[in-house]
Amino acid sequence: MLLAILLGFAFSLFLVFTGKFFKGRISILAAGIPLALFVYFAQFIGRISDGEVITQFHSWIPAFGVNLGFTLDGLSLLFSLMITGIGFLVFVYTSAYLKGHKYLDRFYGYLSMFMAAMLGLVLSDNLISLFVFWELTSISSFFLIGFNNTSRKSRKSALIALAITGIGGLSLLVGSIFLGSVTGTYSIAEMLTMNPEIASNPYYILIVALIFGAAFTKSAQFPFHFWLPGAMKAPTPVSTYLHSATMVKAGIYLLMRLTPVLGDHEFWNTTLIIVGAITMVYSAIHTLFRTDLKGILAYSTISALGILVFLIGQGTVDALTAAAVFIIVHALYKATLFLITGIIDYQAGTRDTTVLRGLRKVLFPVAIAGFLAALSSAGIPPTIGFIGKELTYESTFHFGNMAILLTGLIVITKILLLYAGFVAGIKPFTGTLPERFENTKMPSFLMWLPPVILALGCIVFGIFPGLIEGSLVKPMVSSMGLDGKEIHLKLFHGFNVILLLSVITIALGTVLYFTLKPTKKLEAWVAKFEKFSPQTIISNSWAFFFKFSNGWTNLFQNGYLRNYVATIMVFTIALTGYSLFTTANYAVDFNSFSTVTFYEAATSIVMLVAIGYTVFTRSRLAAVASMGIIGYSICILFVIYSAPDLAMTQFSIDTLTVILFVLVLYKLPKYLKLSDYKMRIRDGVLSLAFGTIITLLILEVLAEPVNKEVSDYYAANAYILAHGKNVVNVILVDFRGSDTMIEISVLAIAAIGVFALLKLRLKKSDQR
Amino acid sequence: MEVILAILIGVLYAAGIYMILRRSLVKLILGIIILGNGANLLIFLLGRVVKGSPPIIPADSDVFQSVYADPVPQALILTAIVISFGLQSFAIILVKRAYKVVKTDDLDEMNAIDKDS
Repeated sequence: MLLAILLGFAFSLFLVFTGKFFKGRISILAAGIPLALFVYFAQFIGRISDGEVITQFHSWIPAFGVNLGFTLDGLSLLFSLMITGIGFLVFVYTSAYLKGHKYLDRFYGYLSMFMAAMLGLVLSDNLISLFVFWELTSISSFFLIGFNNTSRKSRKSALIALAITGIGGLSLLVGSIFLGSVTGTYSIAEMLTMNPEIASNPYYILIVALIFGAAFTKSAQFPFHFWLPGAMKAPTPVSTYLHSATMVKAGIYLLMRLTPVLGDHEFWNTTLIIVGAITMVYSAIHTLFRTDLKGILAYSTISALGILVFLIGQGTVDALTAAAVFIIVHALYKATLFLITGIIDYQAGTRDTTVLRGLRKVLFPVAIAGFLAALSSAGIPPTIGFIGKELTYESTFHFGNMAILLTGLIVITKILLLYAGFVAGIKPFTGTLPERFENTKMPSFLMWLPPVILALGCIVFGIFPGLIEGSLVKPMVSSMGLDGKEIHLKLFHGFNVILLLSVITIALGTVLYFTLKPTKKLEAWVAKFEKFSPQTIISNSWAFFFKFSNGWTNLFQNGYLRNYVATIMVFTIALTGYSLFTTANYAVDFNSFSTVTFYEAATSIVMLVAIGYTVFTRSRLAAVASMGIIGYSICILFVIYSAPDLAMTQFSIDTLTVILFVLVLYKLPKYLKLSDYKMRIRDGVLSLAFGTIITLLILEVLAEPVNKEVSDYYAANAYILAHGKNVVNVILVDFRGSDTMIEISVLAIAAIGVFALLKLRLKKSDQR
Repeated sequence: MEVILAILIGVLYAAGIYMILRRSLVKLILGIIILGNGANLLIFLLGRVVKGSPPIIPADSDVFQSVYADPVPQALILTAIVISFGLQSFAIILVKRAYKVVKTDDLDEMNAIDKDS
């Protein structure tokens, strides 16, 4: 299983090196990979339907309980088959849809990376590895949405999608860690038996809320739904694959997978039902006002995801069976509708439902596929959509005391979705063919065959529901911890309320389709309400955050050297001053200090005067000269305090510096007073405060005893070990000889730099 | 005397910081030099100062017989003086060069990398 997952990653890595070669004719070969994986997973159908669970285990970071454990049961099998099956058709479709595209190799790279990540997600038994794959799907989705990287809108949509799903990913990580610390394991299989303990844990609500955060963002539930319509900026194969059939169902998968672990609790059920119901009704209503085919499909996808969440929230065997069937139903018809939308867009050049008409005359096989998909989406027998809808009604109608309200909501949703399906699957093909579409040609069979295959699936599974009953649906329900033995899928259940509801749905939906015509005017009118939508609220807070961080950064990173220095000084003064003020004991013992002699006093006074002159003079020459005097005074201090080597060094270096300064002085700018009075006062106060702090610090430190161990060692061994009597020199050239050598190198580098700067002669052309 | 030295170091620091806070590049370099001198004296003083007994072992002995000035701070400061000379000389030449190219000494005006500012 690990190899099956890694195959996709390996292929996308392989494309990095062979991409150029691949862009040519053989791109169709890429479809071999999902096909091979589909066959690989399909061979497990028999064993899974016998109730077997196939597991595989590889240690990864056992110390943290993070391992690569994979489980293939009914739930993951269905998803794996969907990922690889639809993946195969999408790969084939893409080879024609993006034929000769500049970045075709990249596209396949992202697509197979996504496929591998998605497989890893649905097969992972370990919550942490699940999280890793979850994030990988978000990232590949980001690349695919932004695939038209020259379009500003594409890039923005990609960012929004990444931001929303990324927040969800973090929420998943935190939730998983909580769950892991409550149960002591990250393995979902081991958590299955701990449901009562988890539910009684005080952190239960928090864990569930975090998991919901992940599932709702990924599966585009209200109020996080808005990234999905934006994601439709991606090329149509991506919308088909990621944003309708597989990736957006990752949240649904997570909820289903954790149903036996976290489910069967009031908070779990109520939240899911409410969020699911709001999402399904809200976005189903939205489909009425769209004129772009992909927009309609995006909102109907969100609505379908809402129905799934709604069903998982009910949590009964009936509801979960309905959800299982509806996943298959939705994957089949929605992928078909997306693919034909792609064909219409590609061949006719528009996705605008207000102008598309009569295309059956030029795109006949596509029209058949669209028709069948629309029937399945509407839940008209004998399609599998009908079975899905009946099951949904059945479970909702028998759900507790809120049944009437919930049934009403789901019926309304289904009516609206019927309308959406008809608009997308039937409307473009009926009526008279306008002149502008007369020259529309049939696309390559690589493009029209995939939707036809999927559409045939809608009808074949509808007529023979036994094909999926034992093989997929039953094992899936059992893997959600419920007994699926009693499930029987069939088209006709006898005359009862449910059938009546179906008839009402189909009748009202059809009436709606024939009376309501989508127009631009209506779309524009609805756009006025955009300012109340979650999207606007989030993008506004986004903009605010941008401004805030901009301002914050500009405040501190303002590019003025002196402001940086001033900021550092203020903080140093505040912190050091505070701790000096609170902890220092001011036990300065004046008796321990030496007395002041005449030479010392005189030198100090000279130095003070020189410092003052350096700071306040207006002449550059005077400033440099008095700076030399400061250096010489320090030199004298060194002489007084028994440091002859230092005195010599200071003397020569100071002289050299002054000479160097004077040499270039007249090439330097005039000494202007650039700052105003206030600025000087501010800086003066700051500097004086800093100087005072330093003086106080010194006095504090002088009161502490001093450790002379190192000095004593050098002093004792200078002659015995290194045969030198001047200890300072011995330290420099012997004990710390390599330091000195590196120091010399530094000086040499500085000298080279100085030389280069002096000798550098720019040519006219190099100067600015 | 240590108190006076401590005050002197404080004044050196204050003057250095004040010069660094100026807009003129030349003053900036002077500030760095003064600050460096202050730092050297600080290290020197914290190693405790002794008068009239340099850390040189008497000719007739292998080890020190009496009190001696601490050699470690002296070695450190010697290194610091030399290194800061490297820095100073490079900075002075760099300022000269920069002034020749951009025709300004004002740090605020040197800020922008665009040609027209």
